[in-house]
Amino acid sequence: MQLPRLCLVAVATIALTSPAWAADNDTLTVGFTVSQTGKLNTDSIAQMRGFDLWRDQVNAKGGIKVGDKAYNIKFVSYDDESQNGRVQQLYTRLITQDNAQFLFSPYSSGLTATAAIISEQYGKVMLTTGAAEEKTYELGNKDLFQIYSPAAQYLAGALRALKEKDPNAKIAFVYEDDPFSKAVAHATLDLAKMAHMTIVLDEAYSGSTMDFGPIINKIIASKAVALLGGGHYADGSTLARQLHDQKANLKWVTLLVAPDSPKFAELGAAATDISVPSQWEPQVRFKPDFGPTAQEFTNAFNTKYGVDPGYHAAGGYAAGLILQHAIEQVGSIDPAKVAAALNKMDVTTMFGRTKFATDAKDHGLQIGHDMVLAQWQLKDGKLTKEVIWPAAAKTADTVMN
Amino acid sequence: MAEILASVIDGVLIGAVYGLAAMGLTLIWGVMNVINLSHGAIIVLGMFALYYFSSVLGLNPYAASPIVIVIGFVAGVLLYWVAVHRVIGRPPLMSLLSTFAVNMVLIGLGTAFWSTSPYNVPVSLPSVSWEGYTYTGTHIMAAVIAAVIAGLLYLLLYRTRIGKAIRAVSANRAAAELSGIPTTQMLALSFGLGVTLAFASGMLIATLFPFTILSGGAYQLKSFVVTVLGGLGNPGGALLGGIFLGLIEGMATPFMPVSWMPMIEFTLFVIVLIAFPRGIFSFSRT
Repeated sequence: MQLPRLCLVAVATIALTSPAWAADNDTLTVGFTVSQTGKLNTDSIAQMRGFDLWRDQVNAKGGIKVGDKAYNIKFVSYDDESQNGRVQQLYTRLITQDNAQFLFSPYSSGLTATAAIISEQYGKVMLTTGAAEEKTYELGNKDLFQIYSPAAQYLAGALRALKEKDPNAKIAFVYEDDPFSKAVAHATLDLAKMAHMTIVLDEAYSGSTMDFGPIINKIIASKAVALLGGGHYADGSTLARQLHDQKANLKWVTLLVAPDSPKFAELGAAATDISVPSQWEPQVRFKPDFGPTAQEFTNAFNTKYGVDPGYHAAGGYAAGLILQHAIEQVGSIDPAKVAAALNKMDVTTMFGRTKFATDAKDHGLQIGHDMVLAQWQLKDGKLTKEVIWPAAAKTADTVMN
Repeated sequence: MAEILASVIDGVLIGAVYGLAAMGLTLIWGVMNVINLSHGAIIVLGMFALYYFSSVLGLNPYAASPIVIVIGFVAGVLLYWVAVHRVIGRPPLMSLLSTFAVNMVLIGLGTAFWSTSPYNVPVSLPSVSWEGYTYTGTHIMAAVIAAVIAGLLYLLLYRTRIGKAIRAVSANRAAAELSGIPTTQMLALSFGLGVTLAFASGMLIATLFPFTILSGGAYQLKSFVVTVLGGLGNPGGALLGGIFLGLIEGMATPFMPVSWMPMIEFTLFVIVLIAFPRGIFSFSRT
C-alpha cells in the first residue's frame, strides 16, 4: 500500500478506536490524599476505590456533561501516610501546584480537619467523606460538604438496639483517643445517661496501642456485658482479636469502623457477633434520584475489585456522584455555582439521602443521611455481615450471646 | 484483688520481654560505652524477620526463632564493623550520631520495603484461665523464652572463656589486650550479642502484638527506662528491671487510665536517676 494511503488508514483507525473521551474533552481535576501507608490505610484505600470506580464510570460514558462541553475526570492524589503534617503539605500542593479544581477529603476526621483548614484558606470546594466529626463544620466554613452522617449518630443505633435486648446491660466504653472516636463516644455516653443505662467503664486509649491486655482486664473487672467503642481498623481489629484471645465474655460488642471492612472477617471467630455502625451496607434498598442503585454499585465494585464494598468505598463513590450532580445541575464548573448547587441539594443516591446544613454555624454538616447497624453472623460456617437495625432495614435478627 | 493480680501477672510476663530488649542495650553500653540509638529499629527488624519466616515462608514462628536469632547475631557483627568500630574510644557524641544514622537508614529502608502499614504474625497457643481472667499462651511462652535466653546469656558470660574475655574487655580494655585477649573481636562479638538480644525481643513481641516499621520507638524508650532501673552495663539488672517495670505497670493500671502509663514510667525514670544513679539492681554487674 502506498505511504499516504497507509497514513490515512492509520489515522482513521486511531480515530475510530480512541476511547470515548476524545481530544476535544476538557479535564476536570479533582485532588485528594489517600493513606496508602500508615494505620489508616485499610479504610482509606477502600474510600479511594470508591472514588476510582466513579471516575472510571464517568469517563467511560464520555465525562461530565456541562452544556455543550464534556469534562473527563482526572484525579491527582498523594499518599498522606496517615499523617496530619503530610496532609497539610499535600493539600497545599494540590491547590497551588496541581491546580485541583475540586477536592475530596482524606480519610478520617483528624486528617480531614487539617485538609479543611487548607481548602477553606484557598476557597476550594471540598466534599468530605470518611469524616464524621462535627467540629470541623462548626468553625465557620463556606465550602465544606459532608457526605457521612455526623459522629453523634454513630452509636445511637447500637445503644437503642442494645436497650431493646437488655435494658439493664452494664456497658463499657473503650475508644480510641482521636477526634472522631471521642466525639462518637462522648455523644453516646450522653445518650446512655439520658436513657438511664448503666455505664461501668469509660476509657480512652492511644491510637498506637497494640497491647490491650490491661484494658481488657479492666473490662473483665467491671463486669461489663456490652462494649461500645473502638476507633479505626488497626486498633479496632487488634482489640477484637485480643478480646477473643483473653475470653472477655462480652455478650455485645459494637466497634467503630473496623468491622465494616470485608477484611475484618479474616479474624474468624474473633469477628463473630461483633456489630458495627454503618453509613451504608450493600443490602440497602434506597430508590436513587440519579446514579446506580446500591445493588448496581455493589456489582460494579465487585467486578472491578473482587470484593463487596463497605461503607468507606460507598461514601467515596457517593462523593463523586454528588459532585457530578451539582455540576450538571448548574451547568458549570465554577466553584461558587457548584457550591450553591450543593447548598440547595436534597437528593437520594445509592448511599441514601444527602442534604447539607446551610447555616453559618454548621455549614456543610450532613443532615439528611441515616445510619444502620450491621453485625457479623456465622451462617453455615461462613461469616456474613447482616443489617440488624433499624427494623425497617434489617436483613437478620440481632445475635446477643 | 483478682484484677490486680491479673494485671500484675500480665505485667510481669510482658516485663520479661522488655527486660530482654533492655539487656541488649545495656550489654553494648557496659562493654564498649556505646549507647545504641538504633536499638528500636533493630527490635523491629527482629519482628519483620519473624514475619518473613512465619507468614511468608510458612514456618512455625517458634521453630523459626533460632534462625532469626542467628540472623540477628550476624547482622550485629556486621553493624559493628560498619558503624561502630571506628567510633569506639572517640567522644561519645560520635557513637550516638553513628548509631542514630544507622537508625534512620534502617527505618528508611524498612519503610521502602514494608511501608508503615501494620503487620501481624498469627500465633495461637492454649491459654490459661483463672478467676475469670485469661493469660494467653503466647504471653506465657514469650516470658519463658525470654528467661531462657537470659539464662543462656548468663551462662555464656559467667561460665565460658569467651564470656570471661568479654567481661575482661568491659572492665579494662588495655589490660585485656595486654593479657592476649583479641579485644576488637570481643567488642564485635559483644555488639553482635547485644543486637541478637534486641532481635530476640522483637521476635517475641511480634508473636504478641501487631507492629509497623515505626514500632521501635516505643520499645526503645522502654529499654532506656529499664536500663536505668537495672543500672547501665548490667544485663542481669536489666532483666530484673524489665520485670520490675512490668510489675509497676500491672499494679498501677487497675487504678488509673492506661494512657497514663508513659507518665508513670518516666516519673520512675527520673526518680531512679536521682535516687539510684547506678540502678536499683546494680548489685549484679557484668
